[in-house]
Amino acid sequence: MTASEQGARDGAPRPPSLQGRRDGEVGAWGSTAPGRSLGRIVSGSLSEGLEARLDASTSVEDMAVGRYIVVAGEKRRFFGMITDVELGASNAQLTLSPPDVSDPFIAEVIAGTSTFGTLKVQPMLTIDEESGAPQPVKTVPTHFSPVCEASEDDVSTVFGKEDEAHFYIGQPIDMDTKVCIDLRRLVQRSSGVFGKSGTGKTFLTRLLLVGIVKKDVAVNLVFDMHNEYGWLGSSEEHGQGVKGLQALFRSKVAIFTLDEKSSRARGVSPDYVVEIGYDQIEPADFELLQEALNMTPAQIESIYKLVRVFGERHWLARFMDLAPEERERLAADNGLNPSTLQVLYRHLENRVLRLPFIKREVMDNSVQRILECLGRGMNVVLEFGRHQSLEAYILVANILTRRIHERYVEAMEQAMGDQTAKPRPLVITIEEAHKFLNPKVADLTIFGTIAREMRKHNVTLLVVDQRPSSISDEVMSQIGTRITCLLDDEKDTAAVLGGIPGGQALRSVLARLDSKQQALILGHAVPMPVVIRTREYGSLESYRELTAADAPASGPGPQRPTIRSLEDLFK
Amino acid sequence: MEQASPGEPAGSARIGEVTEASTTEFTAQSYVLHDAPAFGSFVRASDGEVDVFAVVANAWTGSVDPGRRPVARGQDEEDEEDVYRRNPELQEILRTEFTALVVGFRDAGGAYHQRLPRRPARLHAFVHSCAPDEVAGFAERLDFLPTLLGGAAGAPADELVAACVREASAARGHDRAFLVRSGKELAVLLAMDLNRLSAVLRRLRQ
Repeated sequence: MTASEQGARDGAPRPPSLQGRRDGEVGAWGSTAPGRSLGRIVSGSLSEGLEARLDASTSVEDMAVGRYIVVAGEKRRFFGMITDVELGASNAQLTLSPPDVSDPFIAEVIAGTSTFGTLKVQPMLTIDEESGAPQPVKTVPTHFSPVCEASEDDVSTVFGKEDEAHFYIGQPIDMDTKVCIDLRRLVQRSSGVFGKSGTGKTFLTRLLLVGIVKKDVAVNLVFDMHNEYGWLGSSEEHGQGVKGLQALFRSKVAIFTLDEKSSRARGVSPDYVVEIGYDQIEPADFELLQEALNMTPAQIESIYKLVRVFGERHWLARFMDLAPEERERLAADNGLNPSTLQVLYRHLENRVLRLPFIKREVMDNSVQRILECLGRGMNVVLEFGRHQSLEAYILVANILTRRIHERYVEAMEQAMGDQTAKPRPLVITIEEAHKFLNPKVADLTIFGTIAREMRKHNVTLLVVDQRPSSISDEVMSQIGTRITCLLDDEKDTAAVLGGIPGGQALRSVLARLDSKQQALILGHAVPMPVVIRTREYGSLESYRELTAADAPASGPGPQRPTIRSLEDLFK
Repeated sequence: MEQASPGEPAGSARIGEVTEASTTEFTAQSYVLHDAPAFGSFVRASDGEVDVFAVVANAWTGSVDPGRRPVARGQDEEDEEDVYRRNPELQEILRTEFTALVVGFRDAGGAYHQRLPRRPARLHAFVHSCAPDEVAGFAERLDFLPTLLGGAAGAPADELVAACVREASAARGHDRAFLVRSGKELAVLLAMDLNRLSAVLRRLRQ
């Protein structure tokens, strides 16, 4: 098409739906100013994405992957995301013998004619001209439909306003509009926060948890391996650390700890100190720990044998009570290898039972405490204190979650039978999730079950991980909302984008996120994939905004008395 | 020299008369010897109904009688002008002619059209140089460029296009934006022939 033909086209009668609208003018879902005109759609498909040729006046250097555009088709508008930016030339010879662009005149002439920029655009939503409602995209715009930058109003129409379910999590790149995610949908299915180490996973997770607490869409149980979520979290930007959940919502969050000394040293007054009794540890827990503890299959087999010999509740205590010669006798009587049993004993003694929170007998029932809190709508953060070893984390998370899940299943079944109120939706946050959900152990852990059962029992997971490719495919496919910071390993990228329509086109977007405070959100809780700059968290202003209307402004006030027993809870 | 015509716009002048005409071009004789309009400039002549616009593509001066070639006369003269002074008959036996490519027309209502007129210019129609306003008005659109690139009456097309665009730019007050717009149009038209494109663009720039 020559420039003059294009001029003629512009003057030609337009379809009725676009009459009265200047070419390139897209309008918005209201009467708002359109974004800047960028170019025209020249080719593409629904599956592979669209290709738009940039106008001569638009520099490719002003474009960025992840940014939103609006295409004004004849009958409807299309909302899409830039997934790639390319340089094009009308003639291959031009790339072989480049023209003399040192001459400003020649450079100006060939820009946009002989050489031009093209955008790859993934259409995400269509907006019907009449109803104005966003719908999944099922077709593509006609040839040469004008492409414009999405205006702030366009974006806010798609991502909604903050309300009782929508939580403001950040802004799109280069815009000040709020992007809100639907937390009610987020907690309906399991979700994941992924990203390389140091890209802000913890920051984002904290923000999501704050959102869930603030909007009261579910109760949280957070297995807080690095003591980041309870009272004070670390922050690279705010050197002194940022407020955790309890610091923001004192009346809604209880801190449980495995290491009271560490918690108090950090100025936290824990509500409850968790201890695990020998009788709570099951053989399946060791299957999970097999890798972490470097245990052999023979040792695991021996454990099952011990359970058969001593019974489910007391196998561990009774085994640990045995003297060496008794262990040999036990081996001989039950056809076990004595040396395997010896090694197993040492393993248990040195790696597991030395953990201070594992007690031979515990007076109180931690699971019951946690459930009571959750039942009252209190969110529970379980701090690990100094026990940041993987085996401690896996063991505790699995033991507690297994029991909590059991109780939730019972409560749900009862609720269905009696038509009574269902238990509150519960979101369990686990870090290093691939240790629980890798293909080898996903079937053994309660987390694999929760991920697969999804919302049937009102319990979902919020998994935090840096190696999504290590998580079992089956579990990954059940993760409804994926929030990912920068990932550059191809396998990880593929794992995160698998099963998302148009997901492959987002690869380049994902690989080019800033390493700080940028994330791609896709899936169940957002109408379309979105790249955000995460909202500010850590300043007094941000705390005020986050707690506004939901909780009285909090600060380092007098600390509450530690809850030590069930009675304390109801005082 | 050019004769100012009553009723013509400022800057326009009667410069000659059509001696041969076809749909795509016409040839005219200049009223003044050696005074052909500039290469690439716009001229117009009437077809009785509309003003045919054309771009000067070639000009030459020769003998009125094709059988008689001019001979050298100035060996003993000091100055070139002395040759004509001493041989006043030269003004009668020599003539200057030019050919212009038809690129469009202006209708009775004054609207410019960038396509060939229905009829060629009439023989003996007066040929006028176009005033800057007329050139600027006609060259508002660039649909005539393919015509110039397509064929020239014995003149190199690239030279003609470059000269014509420069004339039009000058008529628009040496408008750089117009030059760039024309360059972009040419870049699209010559997308498949980059050597030619760069040759034309270099001529535009100079």
